[in-house]
Amino acid sequence: MVNDVPLSWFLTLGLLLFMIGGVGVVVRRNPVVVFMCIELMLNAVNLTFLAFARYGTMPNISESQAVNGAMGGQIAVIFVMAVAAAEVAVGLGIIMAIFRLKNNADLDEVSVLRG
Amino acid sequence: MDISQWIEGLGQGKDAIVLGLRIHGPTLLALIRVLLLVLPILMLVPGLIWWERRLLSWMQDRIGPNRTGTVTFPDRIPLLGGKKVRTFGLLQPIADGVKLFLKEDITPADIDRKIYFWAPAIALFPAFAIGGTLPWGSGYLPFSEVVGGLYSHLTPVANIDIGLLYVLAISSLGVYGVVLAGYASNNKYSLMGGLRASAQLISYELAMGMSLACVAMASGSLRMPEMVRQQEAPLWGAVSPLQNWFLLTPFGAISATIFLICMVAETNRAPFDLPEAENELIAGYHTEYSSMKFAVFFMGEYAAMFLFSGVFAAVFLGGPNLLPVSWERLATSNPQVGFYGWMAWANYWLGPLTFLGKCAGGITFFIWLRATLPRLRYDQLMNLGWKTLLPLAVVNFVIVGLWIVSTRASGIWGGWAVFGLALLVAYVLYLNLAALNKRSDLSVGGRRVRMSEADVTRTIRMVDPNQP
Amino acid sequence: MTGNQIAFLVMAAVALLGAAGVVAFGANAVRAALFLVLCFFVLGFVYFSLGAQLLGITQIMVYAGAIMVLFLFVIMMLQLRGHDLSKKVGIDIKSPLAWMFGIALFAVVFQSIVLPMNMTANPAVTSDLGKPEAVGSVLFTTFSWPFEVTSLLLLIGVVGSILLAKRRI
Repeated sequence: MVNDVPLSWFLTLGLLLFMIGGVGVVVRRNPVVVFMCIELMLNAVNLTFLAFARYGTMPNISESQAVNGAMGGQIAVIFVMAVAAAEVAVGLGIIMAIFRLKNNADLDEVSVLRG
Repeated sequence: MDISQWIEGLGQGKDAIVLGLRIHGPTLLALIRVLLLVLPILMLVPGLIWWERRLLSWMQDRIGPNRTGTVTFPDRIPLLGGKKVRTFGLLQPIADGVKLFLKEDITPADIDRKIYFWAPAIALFPAFAIGGTLPWGSGYLPFSEVVGGLYSHLTPVANIDIGLLYVLAISSLGVYGVVLAGYASNNKYSLMGGLRASAQLISYELAMGMSLACVAMASGSLRMPEMVRQQEAPLWGAVSPLQNWFLLTPFGAISATIFLICMVAETNRAPFDLPEAENELIAGYHTEYSSMKFAVFFMGEYAAMFLFSGVFAAVFLGGPNLLPVSWERLATSNPQVGFYGWMAWANYWLGPLTFLGKCAGGITFFIWLRATLPRLRYDQLMNLGWKTLLPLAVVNFVIVGLWIVSTRASGIWGGWAVFGLALLVAYVLYLNLAALNKRSDLSVGGRRVRMSEADVTRTIRMVDPNQP
Repeated sequence: MTGNQIAFLVMAAVALLGAAGVVAFGANAVRAALFLVLCFFVLGFVYFSLGAQLLGITQIMVYAGAIMVLFLFVIMMLQLRGHDLSKKVGIDIKSPLAWMFGIALFAVVFQSIVLPMNMTANPAVTSDLGKPEAVGSVLFTTFSWPFEVTSLLLLIGVVGSILLAKRRI
């Protein structure tokens, strides 16, 4: 179905998304936006997983290896999504807690470990 | 060509038009499918509004809109002169629509302009898209085991493997329109409405997904036409003349109840209309919307009601089957009774009408709820979602697994025995949980009120701060 | 250029637009979240094009439908409490450095990893492998132990977020 789109296109898209997410994490100071950029990076990795699942990780592999790889890649994405969901729940809880303690939550100023 | 031959050919999908479209114009066929889904909804929305207003007024012992559209002919016209033609106010929604078109479109100051304009469109898209996998006609001809027939070409819009998940995914996107409208309006009440909507929809999404997962487990497929097909099997796997509508199975009845409640919550209808609670939040998220933008929200709400009723009909009520009676199996086992075979074909051809009727029934249920139940308080809403529906759905998940295994192993009686046992265990667990949350009665001003222990201590502290 | 390639390029362009919007409109958290929703939604379609039906719809349901709604909820709740989330910050030394670092990362990975990757799809891998049946049967047999551990992780997530959010326990 997609075999006429080269694998490198998907990888490039994933790489660009990862790069934008990484830059966003550094550039932005708002904790919520930083968190969103982390989610973006996770998604870039998911895309790469799925691209490799479809195209195989190595050249010239056998049929069963390719099928195993395809399933493994998809399962990895499922686990990344589950971890991301848990992470968002806890992370947003932490952000709410920070905002409760300080009115201003510039990430550069959140540097103490005690409340 | 003989007309009956033509109809038969049409039924088998052999008609030149349909076949030609299927081969030469898949895009055109897809477009026709979309139009066949969307156009009836668009045309029915005014009718639904009329039905809601009339039914509500009957339930509240009022008359409701009954004048618009009544024509009195002038005396000089012969025969008809002085006579009235009544339309029972059917033209009222059209008059309302014209009024909404002509009203001034007010844009409040200091709003987030782009999001404010996009929000109604974002609200309307998922409301219509929910129907994308809805089978409103049977995909199988009577007495046939393979996919075929006219309706298999025309419905659903997309017959995908993940039909049920698609419904869940799209309905979870429905919250954005409401939330963004609330955010962009630069109004505290709107923001509160949007906030409430997002919390409410996330909470009820879970229970809804769990309840649908139970039926998906029982039908063994996420493809919606296949789920309908599974409901045409013998009831409980044993009673051959009847159909196995999931509403009639024990686990399905629990799932259907949960889904029905979640469905009302997802469409923001009374008694779950907290995001637009008029006596708390003016009009909630659409306070600042006027004219056509408001009408778009309104239309989205009705389309969502209609299509959610459709999902309920397809998943729990046997889709386009009129009665939970398998006319095909009756006709095969009693070939001497021509009536059964006739009914099987009538059931097939009238499928879309039946489906429409089931949707209308669903909407009537929505209106009935609105007339009957008072709005929930916010904590009641959260308690119902998280502490009642979600655990019930999880328990149901176990029950459906046990049901499938036991009916496979030891037939129908095994299934019912295990179901009874599971209910007993669930009841004992519930009693224990209830004992944990024990409430004590307290007399306040001569009235007995039920309070939890924490409430009691808090009240005592309020009255007498010296108490520990 | 085939139709599939054009479709991919369109999806990729929208996804990148969404991602860039998150960083560019980061001063307004709600807009950033909306751009991210757009990006995630389109990524779901990219997954469909890779034959991963189940994961594509899960992507839309989990990321676009649940996680981002949670983000919006938190942003709006903070705004309702009077926190200003849309503060403008001046340009500092960090951002040009970050962009340089990002572009360097892109160049290195592109040159050394992406370009040498020229596998074509193995004909054994069809889009049937992305169907719910295929993924489910692997998830509940080969990967059942990680699956159970994930459920534990989610439970810990639930307990942790409740602990963080409650003022008094």
